Amino acid sequence: MTQAEAIRFDNVGRNFETRDGATLMALQSVKLDIEAGEFVSILGPSGCGKTTLLRMAAGLLSPSWGSVRLAEEDILKPRPDFGIVFQQALLLPWLTVLANVLLPVDVQGRDTAPFRERALDLIEMVGLKGFEDRYPTELSGGMQQRVALARSLVHDPKILLMDEPFAALDAMTRENMAAELLRIWDANRKTVLFVTHGIAEAVFLSDRVVVMSARPGRISRIVEIPFGRPRSLELMASGDLRETFEELH
Amino acid sequence: MTTMETNPATANSTEARRARLSRRRRAAMIGRLRDFGIWLASAVVLLIVWQYLVVTLEISPAVFPTPVAVWDSLYVNMMDGTFVRDLWFTMKEVMIGFFGGATLGFLLALLISEFRPVRVLLYPYVIAFQSVPKTALAPMFLIWFGFGIESKVALVVSTVFFPVLVNTLAGIERTDPDQLDLLRAYCGKRARVFMRVKLPSALPSVFAGLELGVVLALIMAVVSEFLGAVGGLGYRIMIFNTNLDMAGQFAAIIVLSIVGYILHFIVRQIGERVVFWGRAKQGATKV
Repeated sequence: MTQAEAIRFDNVGRNFETRDGATLMALQSVKLDIEAGEFVSILGPSGCGKTTLLRMAAGLLSPSWGSVRLAEEDILKPRPDFGIVFQQALLLPWLTVLANVLLPVDVQGRDTAPFRERALDLIEMVGLKGFEDRYPTELSGGMQQRVALARSLVHDPKILLMDEPFAALDAMTRENMAAELLRIWDANRKTVLFVTHGIAEAVFLSDRVVVMSARPGRISRIVEIPFGRPRSLELMASGDLRETFEELH
Repeated sequence: MTTMETNPATANSTEARRARLSRRRRAAMIGRLRDFGIWLASAVVLLIVWQYLVVTLEISPAVFPTPVAVWDSLYVNMMDGTFVRDLWFTMKEVMIGFFGGATLGFLLALLISEFRPVRVLLYPYVIAFQSVPKTALAPMFLIWFGFGIESKVALVVSTVFFPVLVNTLAGIERTDPDQLDLLRAYCGKRARVFMRVKLPSALPSVFAGLELGVVLALIMAVVSEFLGAVGGLGYRIMIFNTNLDMAGQFAAIIVLSIVGYILHFIVRQIGERVVFWGRAKQGATKV
């Protein structure tokens, strides 16, 4: 398996041009080190620049100042060794579940045959064994997002970037998916950058929660989550989580 | 779900649901049959009234034929092979023109959408020629390509070309931008992303263009035969017209409408097979 790597935001900021030509500062100056194998959540209201931060890590957006680095290398464009999950599953309805999971390898122009076994293992790991040859329209929203999770891991990425991956799901499915994600992460220990506006979710999943505030987007606080691992869903209902929860409010 | 069928506890409810479904399906079928029966009866009444009016009002057969005369003409012209030969002639024009125009339109749409220089150089012509009524080209094509099949094919090609081109372009541009963003983040190669994502995204729209194109193809083949031809159903209609054979014209029109319906039906069926994930369901990929 690929070694997990550290990702560093070094005084990163980003301006956007608005339609009437004015400059809008979406992100002021973010300094954040994420250790190799660490699970870090970015928590904040909409407009705090958390998605901007993730898109810069993904190489989809270049910073206006500062730099984002993987190990010691600047991230200037998308990298083939990153895994990404968006809020929408974005599965292709004309491809089977298996073909969708293999899509990152396929669109990179590589031969998918050597990745088949791994894809099948991942489909089993996200609890969709037996659905390999089904089409996305036959799956529920939660199942589709599981496929998206398997897809993000198929090429054994160094970093996993997740942009509100469970936001479109109902509350119950959300909690189950969070537990599922932790189980899978425990087996892999990738470096994870997880963007969310769900406090409970962030506390439950993370080693550290980075709290951001809006206009301009900046880090207001970084909270270490004290709970040991592995964690189970019972933690979600416990008083300990509520305490940390209050602290974040 | 396969796992559910092996579970005896749920097997009963599955069977019950299946029975309920088949009952509902049978009821729907009976409803459709009844509707068809009502329509058929009204159509027969209409034909009888038509026959009665033409006979009692002593309308000249050169002005308006009776349904019986139309049927006779249809029968005679089918049996002596006149309509069969004409149909063959027209279908050749339609088929060659449709496939030629559709292929050209589709390929040019791919080039315009993927290569900027092609778009910059060619797209203005496309927009300019699109608004030309293609019937206006027919007399010119007759001079350039003669009275044979070539002038008709040329007209059909130029007619089918545009709806296919425009719809293919629109389809490619409708590709979900979030989807493209995701694959860009995964370092997708341009050609692969095009084949796996953009092209399939465009297919529902491509088939909408083809459905439109195949109907226009038949219309244009007939129109171009009006202007001068050596065979075809449009040519036959002109001959009947000169001979004041109204029943013959009605019969030829019936053949044309049946052919038009079948052509459209075939393209539609192929479209539904190819775009198996459904036009309406496309939004369902978003959770």
